[in-house]
Amino acid sequence: MSRIVFSLTLAATTLSAGLAFAQAPDQADEIIRGRYQAILGDCAACHTAPGAKPLSGGLPLETPFGQIIPPNITPDKASGIGNWTEADFRSALKNGIGHDGKRLYPAMPYPAYTKMTDKDVGNLWSYLRTVDPVFNPVESNQLPFPFNIRLSMMGWNMLNFTPGEFRPDPSKSAEWNRGAYIVQGPGHCGTCHSPKTALGADETSEALQGGSLQGWYAPNITGNSYIGIGSWSEDEIVQYLKTGTNGHTIASGPMAEAIQASTSLMADEDVKAIATYLKSTEGGPAQKPQPIPASDARMKVGAAIYHDTCSACHGGDGKGASQLFPALAGSSIVQQPSSETLMRLVLQGSQAVHTPQAKTTPAMPSLGWRLSDEQVAAVLTYVRNSWGNAAPSVGASDIGVQR
Amino acid sequence: MTTILPRKDVVIVGLGWTGAILAHELTEGGLDVVAIERGPWRDTATDFNIGYAQDELRYGIRRDLFLQPAVEAMTMRNSTSQTALPMRDYGSFLPGNGVGGAGVHWNGHTWRFWDSDFQIADHLRDRYGAGRIQDLQLQNWGVTGAEMEKSFDRFEYLAGISGKAGNISGQIQEGGNPFEDPRARDYPLPPMQMTYAPTLFAEVTRSLNLHPFPTPSANLSKDYINPLGIAMGQCTMCGFCERFGCANYSKSSAQTTILPVLMKKKNFEVRTDSEVLHVDLDASKKHARGVTYVNTSGEEFFQPADMVLLCAYGLHNVRLMMLSGIGQIYDPNTGEGTIGRNYCYQTNAGAQVFFDDKNFNPFIAAGALGQTVDDYNGDAFDHGPLDFVGGAGINCIPSNGRPIQTRPTPPGTPRWGSDWKKATVKSYKSTLGFSSQGSSYPTRGNYLDLDPTYTDRFGRPLLRFTFDFPDNDIRMSNWVSDRMEDIAKAFGGRQYTNTRRKKGWDSVPYQSTHNTGGAIMGTDPKTSAVNKYLQSWDVANVFVIGASAFAHNAGKNPTGTVGALAFHAADVIRQQYLRNPGQPLVSA
Repeated sequence: MSRIVFSLTLAATTLSAGLAFAQAPDQADEIIRGRYQAILGDCAACHTAPGAKPLSGGLPLETPFGQIIPPNITPDKASGIGNWTEADFRSALKNGIGHDGKRLYPAMPYPAYTKMTDKDVGNLWSYLRTVDPVFNPVESNQLPFPFNIRLSMMGWNMLNFTPGEFRPDPSKSAEWNRGAYIVQGPGHCGTCHSPKTALGADETSEALQGGSLQGWYAPNITGNSYIGIGSWSEDEIVQYLKTGTNGHTIASGPMAEAIQASTSLMADEDVKAIATYLKSTEGGPAQKPQPIPASDARMKVGAAIYHDTCSACHGGDGKGASQLFPALAGSSIVQQPSSETLMRLVLQGSQAVHTPQAKTTPAMPSLGWRLSDEQVAAVLTYVRNSWGNAAPSVGASDIGVQR
Repeated sequence: MTTILPRKDVVIVGLGWTGAILAHELTEGGLDVVAIERGPWRDTATDFNIGYAQDELRYGIRRDLFLQPAVEAMTMRNSTSQTALPMRDYGSFLPGNGVGGAGVHWNGHTWRFWDSDFQIADHLRDRYGAGRIQDLQLQNWGVTGAEMEKSFDRFEYLAGISGKAGNISGQIQEGGNPFEDPRARDYPLPPMQMTYAPTLFAEVTRSLNLHPFPTPSANLSKDYINPLGIAMGQCTMCGFCERFGCANYSKSSAQTTILPVLMKKKNFEVRTDSEVLHVDLDASKKHARGVTYVNTSGEEFFQPADMVLLCAYGLHNVRLMMLSGIGQIYDPNTGEGTIGRNYCYQTNAGAQVFFDDKNFNPFIAAGALGQTVDDYNGDAFDHGPLDFVGGAGINCIPSNGRPIQTRPTPPGTPRWGSDWKKATVKSYKSTLGFSSQGSSYPTRGNYLDLDPTYTDRFGRPLLRFTFDFPDNDIRMSNWVSDRMEDIAKAFGGRQYTNTRRKKGWDSVPYQSTHNTGGAIMGTDPKTSAVNKYLQSWDVANVFVIGASAFAHNAGKNPTGTVGALAFHAADVIRQQYLRNPGQPLVSA
């Protein structure tokens, strides 16, 4: 189905501007397709707070510049986007300028949504008009001076933002183009997985090579076989995005939420297209560094801690147990340049994703109360440099920052 | 003031094994279910954290997971001629507390009771004559082994039990228990890999022409995904099962087999730290309106519901029935009344063999990792020339080598000092223990009722035990101890001990948390509290599920049969009761 939608969008673009889609004869289709766009874009991840009514405003997002609260995007006239026109909405998604010319902050990933087709944006708008209106006033802008001046985003956009729709690469397959479109556009994968510039924009030259956000490190998801997903087959990528687990790893943290609310609900062919595209991308070092030798003092301490504390679940050989305990041996997540996620898992613990295919929700217990900064650093250094893994050591001073 | 809450289809008291099974089955059937649990929420990573789960002092000695007497005590006496006094601490048995109940802290032995248990009165009368059992209050359960087979199977596959079938559809299987009833298929997982002590026990008992087999275990021999789609991990044999929650997702419990699915359901809710005070009946006393419970701040709530399922620990089910006026409390003088009737326990004894030249590495262990001999269990052997009925499983299940309590020393060793230390060092690795787990048969004078003197913090009477080991059971246990002596000798160790069961139940030393009966199932409302479907004879929209339904206790751990009874009840509720709710499923 999605491939048909994709080809239709090209024809539809010229018609859409200014047209009231609500009066189009196939409105029901549009709403269904629009809801699917909301799944692709994972609108709920930011705009629905846990336990709250759908899209009525989210939990505060911590950015390096301060806090932003995702607004209420239900059709409530007083507190939502009930007074917006479709043109307002289109401009917000594609240019970062909302109703009354208000400039959005790029925490709203308009630098990705700008790549969406007008048809897809129109469908999404049709769907959003049907969501239950909820009165819930949200003051999004919690940023300190000078970032709270929205007009400053004009300058930011000049430096960092290239508006414009996704351009298919005619030399690639339709599947590849569909995958690229979702990853770069509605799926906005780079919002988490691409490193950021000092101004908080995607470092486009290093797209999808891993980024830090909200206390997690979103790993490299390029086709790199050392620290990306290059060692996963397409089927394994599909399985991961559909279920949250694939024998290599088990999703937790923000990706668990993205899988639950977005990728697990995507059409099979779309997930397969994403896998095809991601496998084709390149980025990051192709060669593993030399692992830190087992004779290193940190490795010896780490080995002792690992065998006492970790091996009961993850195994003496780091192979874990399918669906329950992620493998550490050969894991690209374990070998990312940043150990932010690993530190967080050890210090705070984490619970795995729940999907219809992976119901167990096993959890990593918090061990921060038990292990000192030096011990966490040692055991992570050991895990990152054992069983064929190789990655930079972890310093005790980094652990303190994470606590 | 009592807050009246919105009605639910079903209210479940207690969220342990049976509560979780019933909640899952009935929510699958579309019902709106709330479970009310006296203790706290418990989950693996947060409450059985691998960094402290194996703390013997906290859990093994100070009993962190268990019911404390300040929450609810019980009184005990050995006979009606005595005055019962409150147990100031739980010792002889340890009821669980919190989500998962006693299914959190069990060892994991998972047995099926036999057809000769379910039809025990008929079976023994037919084989040995009525005179043999005249001193016992033995009753049929109202079900047959064949009827229960499917429910046993469902529980074993839910829990990923590791074992070896002894009888598949009548075909005896090499290496399994030849005395078990026919089963439709093998266990879902193969037996656990044996450690040295049970391996040696199997060799020795086989040389005596007995039939050892791997104990069916809820400590998993392999990774497993159960029929609900929930994954469990292979047991690491850390030896911290009984009294502990499992940190590795390797021991079956509500947490590891049901709750990940149940807790996601929109038609299920659990309220923890909420104690049910009683079931509320209507004026006719034939229909339950719901339950009244209290939270930790002392606020009272009435939860209306169309059905009430008592799924607390067996003893608490019995007390709640008594406090709610469901049925008539048993009176041993007249034999009338059913609530509290046929309380039974477990008749255990143990043996130890001390070696000079063996190393059993006892710390490599799991709660149910071992070998069992059933040649002297139940009615597997001819009691014709004997002066008792019943029997015992003989188990070599070295479940742990925990440092505080695993201190075997040979007789004559001082209780403290340097000689004790030397003997401890010498014996720790080189001692093999095995035990008999004997049946417990009901008598007229062993029962539960409400204490006339002592009350709980809400002013409600405590549960009173009147119990001692019946003469029949003592004769049985001592006869089995003679057989154990033969086995102990055959090991050829330096010396052995063989401790025999005596009369005079003492509530202080730990013996077994296998308290059964008190709200037993049966065919006659005059002698049983619930019918063969666990439905109260007196209040048709109340079901009482647990070991409280056992009409006697066999020489086996009860959990497998408890789990099977939960599925048995769930099936009949879904398939029959809901078509005609509020009506008895069996006419009296």
